[in-house]
Amino acid sequence: MTSDITTPFYQYILDGGNGLTPKEDVLYGVRQDALARFRTLGLPDLKTEAWRYTNIQRVLKEQPFVLQQQALPVTAAQLAPAFIPELSCYRAVLVNGHLQPELSELPAAKDITITKLSEATQQKGFKTFFDKHPHLADQPFAALNTALFADGLFIELKANAVLDKPLHIIHVYTLTQHAFLQPRHLWIAHPHASATVIESTLGLHNDAVAFVNSVNEVVLEENAELWHYNIQNAVQNSRHINQTAARQETYSRYHHYNFALPQATMIRNNTSVALTGSYTETDLHGLYLANGNQHVDNHTFVDHLVPHCNSNELYKGVLLDTANSVFTGRIHVHQDAQKTNAFQQNNNLLLSEKATINSQPQLEIYADDVKCSHGFTVGQFSDESLFYLRTRGIGAEAAKHLLVNAFAFDITDQVHIPALQHYLTEEIRTVISN
Amino acid sequence: MLTIKNLHAEVDGKEILKGIDLEIRKGEVHAIMGPNGSGKSSLASVLAGRENYTVTQGEVNFDGKDLLELSPEDRAREGMFLAFQYPVEIPGVSNINFLKTALNEIRAYKGLPAMEAKEFLKLTKEKQQLVEFNANLMNRSLNEGFSGGEKKRNEILQLAMLDPKLGILDETDSGLDIDALRIVAGGVNKLRGPEKSFLVITHYQRLLDYIVPDFVHVLYNGRIVKTGTKELALELEEKGYDWLKEAEVHV
Repeated sequence: MTSDITTPFYQYILDGGNGLTPKEDVLYGVRQDALARFRTLGLPDLKTEAWRYTNIQRVLKEQPFVLQQQALPVTAAQLAPAFIPELSCYRAVLVNGHLQPELSELPAAKDITITKLSEATQQKGFKTFFDKHPHLADQPFAALNTALFADGLFIELKANAVLDKPLHIIHVYTLTQHAFLQPRHLWIAHPHASATVIESTLGLHNDAVAFVNSVNEVVLEENAELWHYNIQNAVQNSRHINQTAARQETYSRYHHYNFALPQATMIRNNTSVALTGSYTETDLHGLYLANGNQHVDNHTFVDHLVPHCNSNELYKGVLLDTANSVFTGRIHVHQDAQKTNAFQQNNNLLLSEKATINSQPQLEIYADDVKCSHGFTVGQFSDESLFYLRTRGIGAEAAKHLLVNAFAFDITDQVHIPALQHYLTEEIRTVISN
Repeated sequence: MLTIKNLHAEVDGKEILKGIDLEIRKGEVHAIMGPNGSGKSSLASVLAGRENYTVTQGEVNFDGKDLLELSPEDRAREGMFLAFQYPVEIPGVSNINFLKTALNEIRAYKGLPAMEAKEFLKLTKEKQQLVEFNANLMNRSLNEGFSGGEKKRNEILQLAMLDPKLGILDETDSGLDIDALRIVAGGVNKLRGPEKSFLVITHYQRLLDYIVPDFVHVLYNGRIVKTGTKELALELEEKGYDWLKEAEVHV
């Protein structure tokens, strides 16, 4: 099961990935199809439009990786720093993608099912929705994940269930050697169900590099509502490709918030939503705060397939040092999707002359009775603003923090849980103060 | 209160202030007039601590402290306030939050606890009335989308809230219609007192009809070339600034 992911690895996959999936695996057929898809799509390079600003091959070639890493023991004391202070919540702890019930505090099974994905393959929800999201079909890393994933989280909110507290999912990574991990999740909210889910990361691997290629399929059935916060606060020795692919049925409401924070070396998010039912509400909001030589790449895709859907997208970036970021916002309004409202905005604040941003809106509109807009700005910290605040007695540090918070406010203000809002504001303060 | 001796300052290697001497005592109002480019705003900038100015000679004593040694924030905390000619717009920072932060930073410097919310609101209400400041603007982003007059009133509101020992008004009158000018000047007049001094920088004599100074100085080419009482302002209004060129030859 061990292989390099350098050229020999790629060759290994091309040769059929022999032995990666035993024939008796119930998903053998699905995995073989995914491998074939990966072989057809190939590894993206700088000539691949969607990857032209993120040199993924270079990252993959940095060092050899193993492809499997079982969960290693994690103590309660090691886990504690990942908790969000003052947040009353349920907790699901995954170590290297494997759910650890003894470290978790899961809600009662009456309203919600939370299990290992590997144990859910016979569930109706799994059979209906697993690997069915239309946006995953042309994604090589999604195909690779389907072929190779070991485990992940299966969440199923029953019809009419309202989760009384947020569910905090902590992704712990702890490694003995460089590893290329493929967590895979499937979340389903049945009709009229509602919940808040917060994801965050705890990196306990010191010298070992974690390359995490995760895929999360999210299904919102009729009138379901999901608040989804993804806090990407990994450690330096990690690279992340994260694909969140949601689909929404009629009247459903999906609020997605992404916070990309230090210190992961590379973060690539493919966040996409397929609107398959009318009268839906979608918020895709992101704040990326990057320092050092971090590379943060957000690709978003809102697919308006049917009429009367509303989508709002706001991504804001604060870049320090030599950080590098990419934003690509794709909106596709199909011919049938009349009365669509689709708005997109990307604003950036460069706090260093050496930081860069590449931003690209991609609007494809085939319906004629729609309201769509997009905008992009990039600004610098104005010395004049800083001086103005200082002449009022506000110290340089406090002034900087005030200005960054002011910029991030549009996003942080919408966080609907006060403890989480406070936690994020403090995280921002820490990054700026350093 | 403020003693400036032989102050020389430059920007990008170009000398702008060429030996300023000025003494402002407690409770006095001094006006500095002069043509464009004479160094009026530069003097305000140097006193407030703007970074692109380099002081090459001279000293400034502010209430017993070496002013030039202090950071811009410490100058403010020691009781200096500069009302900007062009107040900055800062989206996302609400006016009220900004005032609270500034006030409490100054209080912390003086060893005072943060002001109670109730007391702060009372103070804000009281000072708003002083400059007839629209209460709706308090929760808006700092100066964002404010009219010229609203911005200048906001400067005086801040001055009133932060209660400095010395207020420097840098061309606060420029761009104001007569009603706004009356309100701004009225606010300043109500703040005048035996413990508070003002340095009023202006291009026009008009402002000095409303804020009557104890002394008027004429700045030309980086130096104070003439000092007098409020009558000097009237003389300048009548004669313009051209005669200064000749005067300079004789200095």
